[in-house]
Amino acid sequence: MSGDGALLFTADADLHRRRRTERRWKAVLLVGASFSIVGLAVLIVRMLADGVPHMNLDFWSESYSPSGIRGRTAGIFDALVSSILVLGMTMVIAVPVGTAAGIYLYEYAHKSRLTDWIRATVSNLAGVPSVVYGLLGLAIFVRLFADTFGMPRQGTYLAAALTLAVLILPILIVATEEALKTVPATVRHASLGLGATKWQTIRHHVLPYALPGILTGQILALSRAAGETAPLLIIGLPTYQVFQTYGPLATGTPLQVRAYYLASDARQEAIDLAAGAIVVLLLATLALNLLAIFLRDRLQNRIRW
Amino acid sequence: MSTTTGSSDGATAPGARRPPTAAIHSTEPLPLQPEEVAIHIQDLQFYYDQDAQALWDIDLECPRHRITALIGPSGCGKSTLLRCLNRMNELIDGTRYEGHIFLEGTDLYGTEVDPVALRRHVGMVFQKPNPFPKSVYENVAYGLRLHQKLTKKELDERVQWALEKAHLWDEVKDRLDDAATGLSGGQQQRLCIARALAVEPKVLLMDEPCSALDPVATQKIEDLMLELKKDVTIVIVTHSMSQAARVSDRTAFLYKGKLIEAGPTRQIFEAPREDLTEQYITGRFG
Amino acid sequence: MVQAARATVGEWQVATRARYGDLAARILFLTAGLSVFLVLGFILYVLVGNSLQFFRDVSILEFFGSTKWQTAGTVQISEGGDAGDFGVWPLIAGTMLVTVGAAVIGLPIGLATAIYLAEYAPSRVRSFLKPVLELLAGIPSIVFGFFALFVISPIVRDLTDEGSFLYYVFGQKSATIFSAMNAIIVVGVMVLPIITSLSEDAIRAVPKHLREASFGLGATKWETTKNVVVPSALSGIVASFVLGVARAIGESMAVAMAAGTQAAWTFNPIDSIQTMTGFIVQRTGGDTPQQGPVFTSLFAVGLTLFLMTLALNLLAQRFVKRYREVEGADT
Repeated sequence: MSGDGALLFTADADLHRRRRTERRWKAVLLVGASFSIVGLAVLIVRMLADGVPHMNLDFWSESYSPSGIRGRTAGIFDALVSSILVLGMTMVIAVPVGTAAGIYLYEYAHKSRLTDWIRATVSNLAGVPSVVYGLLGLAIFVRLFADTFGMPRQGTYLAAALTLAVLILPILIVATEEALKTVPATVRHASLGLGATKWQTIRHHVLPYALPGILTGQILALSRAAGETAPLLIIGLPTYQVFQTYGPLATGTPLQVRAYYLASDARQEAIDLAAGAIVVLLLATLALNLLAIFLRDRLQNRIRW
Repeated sequence: MSTTTGSSDGATAPGARRPPTAAIHSTEPLPLQPEEVAIHIQDLQFYYDQDAQALWDIDLECPRHRITALIGPSGCGKSTLLRCLNRMNELIDGTRYEGHIFLEGTDLYGTEVDPVALRRHVGMVFQKPNPFPKSVYENVAYGLRLHQKLTKKELDERVQWALEKAHLWDEVKDRLDDAATGLSGGQQQRLCIARALAVEPKVLLMDEPCSALDPVATQKIEDLMLELKKDVTIVIVTHSMSQAARVSDRTAFLYKGKLIEAGPTRQIFEAPREDLTEQYITGRFG
Repeated sequence: MVQAARATVGEWQVATRARYGDLAARILFLTAGLSVFLVLGFILYVLVGNSLQFFRDVSILEFFGSTKWQTAGTVQISEGGDAGDFGVWPLIAGTMLVTVGAAVIGLPIGLATAIYLAEYAPSRVRSFLKPVLELLAGIPSIVFGFFALFVISPIVRDLTDEGSFLYYVFGQKSATIFSAMNAIIVVGVMVLPIITSLSEDAIRAVPKHLREASFGLGATKWETTKNVVVPSALSGIVASFVLGVARAIGESMAVAMAAGTQAAWTFNPIDSIQTMTGFIVQRTGGDTPQQGPVFTSLFAVGLTLFLMTLALNLLAQRFVKRYREVEGADT
């Protein structure tokens, strides 16, 4: 009973082979991961390198004109204003509806078939391709609204904003629900226990607590809307207008649409302007996402406390 | 060897629970003979982090083909000590140790020892039954496939052998291809034991193996342990003092990372030499 | 006592007003919740209604039976000419070519990245790279389109220059400015963040005790990853693949800008092609036809696309549900 002699627990030839396999696969994984990072890094660096040199003062302060393109004095001012107008209207339309729907789902809805259907619809709407939203906007917000309300039979800022609002609605609903989930039940119970109604509890206690989370979702939704181009092309925002007009029922060319048309232009001057516009879109969306991630991390730290 | 027979006598009808004292069977003399020591822990210090020392100056001997129980209140370091024996703690970043653990004369922390090779010889059964989300057969075959090139027939035989060893064969032989997660908790734990036995380890570490099980399933595992010790050296962590009394030959009591007392189970339970041990045994804390 | 009684009466009055407020809020929130049905209703009404109109002009047999897609230009339509050929297969083929190609690039690289981040990367590297990848998921698709057209396209053209190795691989053809390959590469990169992020979540959700069981049997880290961790996370990984594919199918700007405008019945990635999304963007941009089969064909293609992505999303949800159930049972 004195043991089986020397058991050394050292790596034998077979284990050495297994270790080699492990090292080889680890290298494969590392290469794959580097591919992801390098691929995306190359994208950002190239876009910056192509666009930044063309971002001079004229680029920011001047508007689009054919002569401006030829003389390299055209800029994105008008397109930027259009974009901000469209996005502002989008958020004004989408945020109340999306937030309210999220509140309904998390705070009011009981587990019922209706709730299940709403949830299923939301998650499937989130996966609908943006061109389909474009077609929706074209048929409803442009054609149908023109026929029924006598609105202009063309892509207006309002039609664009409504289309984008519908597109980001699912994102807002899900984000609101997620933010409400982080509110501890004790906050609700404390308020309800003092005799407050549900709405008072939500307004005075739940919403302030969930606000940073809801805001994060709104920023992400804004970033998504800012990057969407296809729906705006489909509802027919114009390629170019000599004088852009601003107002809900006016029409013009937002930056995304402008960048697309400039990129399809054969002239190098137009392509250079497009490169600058692309950088603006890239940096704007990255900044929004960065802000959202930053807010979310702050939030997580708070919750850990 | 009389001690072994004594314990088998205790394994009567399933479900009939024996009073703890009746099963205190070890009458071995206090000092172990050098040739019966399988595991020798020498002056072990263990740190989870630079400042978080979890084990202090552990000196412990575990006899071959016997069951050694590690007892003590939660957080006393008994699981950490168990996981030192198959170098499982290394999977956590920042852990550090000093001292020696000899298994059959080889220092487990020697430079030439490969933890992967070591774990093949030191099996482990966990607190919660953790079968892989695979079939019953694949669970048992998992370790075999890693270490040996076996034909289908050899593999079948070894799987059956391990399941029989774990007293599970009769219950699962008709559903070897069913998902292991469909078994009952007690069956899952015996499957995990079969999985560990399949690669024929020298030592079996059991980390509170019955804490998630009902009394009947617990009894089955305990009966199994008493039989398995004929082939393997068992070290078990348990929070149940009656379980330690029922199954183990030797018991070590840990408190706040220090080994307070170790000796034959009967002596620890009937005549502890340390006040702390007596207070714990009699349920005054923990 | 008197004070307390008065306070109760006052509170009761406040309470009635609050009750009405509560009811109003409840109705308002319910209305907002129901708005999602309105959106879905609009989508179905628009797609199905116009598709029915389309199939009154063009036989469904032609749509699903022909491999020629050539819609007439606006001028031609206004002059009363033929509306063109409406066999949808070239568009589906274009979409499939881009999607499969992007999947071949994106799935293995995305999965490798996810495994690396979840299992092997030092925690500091991981906590930096994970948010960076999520950040990149927010890059607008027009940026990828621009990249495809002005960075990838010249490279693809150089590599398939007459006489080069790839020139022979792709059947003695050189790429023009527009090719499916441009879109394949760029869409492959676009789906990386989705696949990586979701797969990594699934892999990290595999319970620690399963890994320990494998290590305890003397498995190396890679053996544990390959035999236990990845199979346990499989439904989550598959869900990420399906969502990645759905994203590739629905992607519009990158393919509209870089893949071409010719609906071609081809599976050669060097050819210029058109996808379903590409057709919708190209045919509406600028001069959308006002009515007739070319206009309604947009919706027939849109409906086809909608049904394909809906099916994929439902599939992904099923996998996600399964992996949640596995998690739930284990913890």
